[in-house]
Amino acid sequence: MSDSTQTGPMLAADGTPLKKSLNRALRMQKIRALALITPLLAFVLLTFIIPIGQMLFRSVENDIVANTLPKTVIALQDWDAASGEAPDEAVYAALAADLYVASNAKTHTRVGSRLNYETPGISSLFRKAGRKAKKWDVEKDGPYKEKFIDIAKGWSDPNVWRTIQTYSPKYTNGYFLNAADMQKGPDGAEIRPENERIYFTLFKRTLIMSLAITAACIALAYPVAWLLANLPSSKANLLMILVLLPFWTSLLVRTSAWKVMLQQQGVINDVLVWIGLVADDTRLVMINNQAGTIIAMTHILLPFMILPMYSVMQTIQPTYLRAAKSMGATNWTAFWRVYFPLSVPGIGAGSILVFILAIGYYITPELVGGTKGVFISNRIAFHISTSLNWGLAAALGTILLAVVLILYWAYDKIVGIDNVKLG
Amino acid sequence: MAALTPISRKPMSLVLPTVAAAGGFFGLFVGTANGSGLLGVLIGAAMAVILAVVYINVLKNEALSKWINIALFGVLGFVFGGGIAAALIGLLYGWFIHWFTYWLYEGRYRARLLPYLTPGQALWHYSFRVICGAIFVFLITPVLVVMPLSFNAQDFFTFTPEMLRLDPAGYSLKHYQDFFTNNEWQRSFKNSLIIAPVATVISVSLGTLAAIGLSQAHVPGRRAIMAILISPMIVPLIISATGMFFFYSQIGNWMEATLGLNKTFVGYVKVILAHAVLGIPFVIITVTATLVGFDRSLTRAAANMGANPVTTFFRVQMPLILPGVISGGLFAFITSFDEVVVVLFVGSAGQKTLPWQMFTGLREQISPTILAVATILVGISILLLATVEMLRRRSERLRGMSPS
Repeated sequence: MSDSTQTGPMLAADGTPLKKSLNRALRMQKIRALALITPLLAFVLLTFIIPIGQMLFRSVENDIVANTLPKTVIALQDWDAASGEAPDEAVYAALAADLYVASNAKTHTRVGSRLNYETPGISSLFRKAGRKAKKWDVEKDGPYKEKFIDIAKGWSDPNVWRTIQTYSPKYTNGYFLNAADMQKGPDGAEIRPENERIYFTLFKRTLIMSLAITAACIALAYPVAWLLANLPSSKANLLMILVLLPFWTSLLVRTSAWKVMLQQQGVINDVLVWIGLVADDTRLVMINNQAGTIIAMTHILLPFMILPMYSVMQTIQPTYLRAAKSMGATNWTAFWRVYFPLSVPGIGAGSILVFILAIGYYITPELVGGTKGVFISNRIAFHISTSLNWGLAAALGTILLAVVLILYWAYDKIVGIDNVKLG
Repeated sequence: MAALTPISRKPMSLVLPTVAAAGGFFGLFVGTANGSGLLGVLIGAAMAVILAVVYINVLKNEALSKWINIALFGVLGFVFGGGIAAALIGLLYGWFIHWFTYWLYEGRYRARLLPYLTPGQALWHYSFRVICGAIFVFLITPVLVVMPLSFNAQDFFTFTPEMLRLDPAGYSLKHYQDFFTNNEWQRSFKNSLIIAPVATVISVSLGTLAAIGLSQAHVPGRRAIMAILISPMIVPLIISATGMFFFYSQIGNWMEATLGLNKTFVGYVKVILAHAVLGIPFVIITVTATLVGFDRSLTRAAANMGANPVTTFFRVQMPLILPGVISGGLFAFITSFDEVVVVLFVGSAGQKTLPWQMFTGLREQISPTILAVATILVGISILLLATVEMLRRRSERLRGMSPS
């Protein structure tokens, strides 16, 4: 091109400057790629990201008190919770007016159960008062203070009023405090008494058991991955079936299989009794406890560890080991100083994957974990479907999600999310 | 391991202690089962040594001694263990100890090893295989153990004495019969067969398009997009389920109230959409992996010869990436077919799927029909696994990669 007589910018065939025309082509390419991606992206955003965002929002949302008891909330603003006395008549009158509306709309029990999460006993106060308030003539029936205290003694308890006051803002960090075993005391957040701390124990247990499962998976997967990577491919493919078959088998099938194996009248105990290692009356308790959860989940997650390790180990040349040995390294040194460091990326990839999957597991702990072997997920499910404390479930879920997303980010940094391989 | 090492007979000082250890190990179990572990070890070791000496020094006929040994231990098992199962174990042990004796004595264990390995290395080589074997047993036993149990004639989750005696009366097909005649199981099976394929079709069609888009050379924000698209696989199911629980109940109410749709239909739509999202990461991962090896000049050649993009896609690109698309689809299918947490939260009783039914079966009433279902599902997963494996090989062949 150097001997071209043309001056000025280089032109494309149609006379536009080449740079411009290339830019246009690039832009077209980008638009085409995005057009292909957009439908799926929109679908995932709409049906997955938005629901999760909504759930996160629910963990701080608290408009039920302000919506159901608007007048009370305003009247309570001037009341000093530290005084140790119940508020004056004006507040009771406002509550009577609010309850009259609420009990006719049948929403007073909902506010009651919302506040009951914070101070047990409030739910019944609201139910009792609501039943009466329905029939009141709000304008004339005052004064209300005695009436309320007549209905239930609890209405004179400043603690009840303090709870209503504390939870009157539209947003609250109360659920998160709850999830961290804390509560709102008279002077801000405080740790709950020792015997009421359940979530810290649960989070700790979830973390420790997930780590134990990950460690067990590393220990079991490493030899297998090594063997698969070093066998001739025809044999390795055959053995790979033994890894992939559990991987493809339904989770519930594997969980029920472990139930069959681990129970006291189960296969493992039967075999142990039959060969005499365990007496018939001292059968091992391996299910409905932590051991059961760890064994079953190690088995279920093992393929997720073997597959990444295998794909990394396949790329390590066996000649490296021989070279190390020929230069005088012992077997152990050759493995530890040469092979192992090369296989670390596989261990890292597998570990993060297994840990992420383990920490959020629900089905297996639910079925084989009993009470001592359940995870935080089981507690979330409990709050969603049984106790109906959705805000707390959302707060617990948010904390769990934060942990997982940090790990996900780390995984993306270390391994790269497009390097995940299946099968 | 290819080098064939010349083998030579090993001295009795190596063979006898090792054989004694193996015999003692087996004797331990037989002994403890019959009262005294120590006695069992001694008898087992002594028997193994004496038989080895007799076969090697006196009989000197490998084939003959093999049959003698198998028969001997089979009879011993039948007499002392009582029953066909014990006799079978005896036969197996007889075969094993004889094979093990000759394997050591003739030095056959060296035949497949590199000639320069030290005895310690040879020992490690085989112990390592035994360890790996144990891990493989751990992996596969739970899958296999449900199969014989599903033919149990009793309503138990355990092996009955009749089953262990291989008595035909201990086996029956009644749990399968229950599965195929019980309304609840049939309905849940049908629901699974409705939901999974539709969810698969959605995730495959959208996922394939997006994967093709993602594999273009210039995609702004590819990493972020990829992270979002893979996230349904990473976010714990319980969190997805919680989020979807709130979201889909609103959507469902809206569809029923505003669009006036049938309640059952809305229920299916909710579950299908939820499952489709969960299957998308698998489609994306497998299809992008296939596209990595796709030769881009082929599409340019097609365009050069006058094909429009749609023709190019269906006639050139699609046939080449089809194996990846199908295996992604199978992954998506199994994800939906196997999913229980989300359907538990999003679905209502009308959308009860097979895993849901199994889940309640395991948690509430322990019905052995679950094992029959489990066996059928294992059969299905074997089929799927075989298909995926076949497709993978075909894809490698198509793309001219060496089979690995």
